[in-house]
Amino acid sequence: MSSVPRFWRNLGSRYNLEGTRCKECGEYFYPPRNVCVNCRRVGQIEPYKFKGTGEIVTYTLIHTAAEGFENQAPYTLAIIKLDEGPRLTSQVVGNPEKMHIGMRVRPVFRKLGEDGEHGMIYYGTKFVPADA
Amino acid sequence: MRDVAIIGVKNTRFGELWEQSLRDIVVEAGIGAIADAGVSGKEIDALYVGNMSGGRFVDQEHIGALIADYSGLSRNLHVPATRVEAACASGGLAMRQAIMSVASGYSDIVVAAGAEKMTDVGSEEASSALAAAADREWEGMAGATFPGLYAMIAKLHMHRYGTTSEQLAEVAVKNHKNGSFNPIAQYKNVISVDDVLNSIMVADPLHIFDCSPITDGASALVLAPADVAHKYTDTPIYIKATAQASDTIALHDRRDITTLDATVVAAERAYSMAKLRPEDIDLVEVHDCFTIAEICAIEDLGFAEKGKGGIVTANGETAIGGRIPVNTSGGLKACGHPVGATGIKQAVEIATQLRGDAGKRQVAGAEYGMTHNVGGSGATAVVHIFSRER
Repeated sequence: MSSVPRFWRNLGSRYNLEGTRCKECGEYFYPPRNVCVNCRRVGQIEPYKFKGTGEIVTYTLIHTAAEGFENQAPYTLAIIKLDEGPRLTSQVVGNPEKMHIGMRVRPVFRKLGEDGEHGMIYYGTKFVPADA
Repeated sequence: MRDVAIIGVKNTRFGELWEQSLRDIVVEAGIGAIADAGVSGKEIDALYVGNMSGGRFVDQEHIGALIADYSGLSRNLHVPATRVEAACASGGLAMRQAIMSVASGYSDIVVAAGAEKMTDVGSEEASSALAAAADREWEGMAGATFPGLYAMIAKLHMHRYGTTSEQLAEVAVKNHKNGSFNPIAQYKNVISVDDVLNSIMVADPLHIFDCSPITDGASALVLAPADVAHKYTDTPIYIKATAQASDTIALHDRRDITTLDATVVAAERAYSMAKLRPEDIDLVEVHDCFTIAEICAIEDLGFAEKGKGGIVTANGETAIGGRIPVNTSGGLKACGHPVGATGIKQAVEIATQLRGDAGKRQVAGAEYGMTHNVGGSGATAVVHIFSRER
């Protein structure tokens, strides 16, 4: 799935939803960006920790899993709009039948995937229904 | 800028070509296109090759040099060869580079080829390689697959516009029917809406028959300045526009999940360059990597109102004989999708149609054709417009 340092260098974002924000225009970025898409060179980027609450913009139930996710299939993958504005891609844990566009969600710390039986296990943020 | 014309074209057979290697298929397409154009190796000024992932699929990089070598253009002629990569839009971009090279006056005769050899690895490895066209760190590591990303586009399109699974299936049904008339197509079998709906679910709402297959294949074409095109062929096909646009690599960062802004902008640039409108286009090859992708494409290119792509398809408006025939080749769905070759194959199909050589799938009296090639879930789009008359 990934090398250890490649995953490790983003742990803050993956574990704690740390992103960035441009002081110039006020837009929030998750995943974090070092260059503001609106202000570019004159933007002023600062770290920002997201609250984590948001809603499902769209979703799918994946039956044919991505490499490293075979044990989790079928799983719900969604685009989630955080309350501060940015959208991200994440799994949503829970009954697939209950998922719907507009559903409120909150973050949870979960195992994301693994590099085979003896490989590294990746942890990070998934989401659950806000009332779960 | 000089006007540019296509003077020779060739596709290999598309499918699971166990007996042929990457270099075999590109050379077959390249030599075929050169023979079709009637140019000699000494006249070729440059070669551009679209290839997405030789590294993952056949553990081979440096594809440009490899292809020039095995096409006999290296050891004696030292023709410059450049590989172009933009995921599934690699072929379209290779053609665009070739067009710009001729238009600028830097080169005269240029070969644009595209190829992918995808079946030398298992389907899991191939899917993983394809997933590299998305954002590996922020989509792939969350468990996203390519069908999964397009499934999320489909889910929202259905929610907003009332598009149905049956309408998505109609795209596959039409493209299989078109593919049945194309000798090179990977799938020549006709299928029904029920066949699609009863096929296994890959990523809800997309069934396996909503997805383009894994394919080996290569395509090539030869370009020349329009002023000399008639020296080589009686039926040059003219490039009226070449346009390209970028968008965010990740689907979640797009302005609108159900619109490929890169397609919209590339199309606007192309129409403007060609001084044409959607109504002027007689047929189009769009990037139907999934059925929903064709629905979005016909909307974003201006052939259907946003949200009406499913209805337009179900009404038969995109069939051969309809208002705007879409994917007469069978598209990526039925003709097959060797990712690096697709953008060139689309142009070969349009050139074949505009020459009047498309046999049973011929669009009668076609004057203007368009190609639309997408990289990833829409981070790159390239649109070309072609014409029979200069």
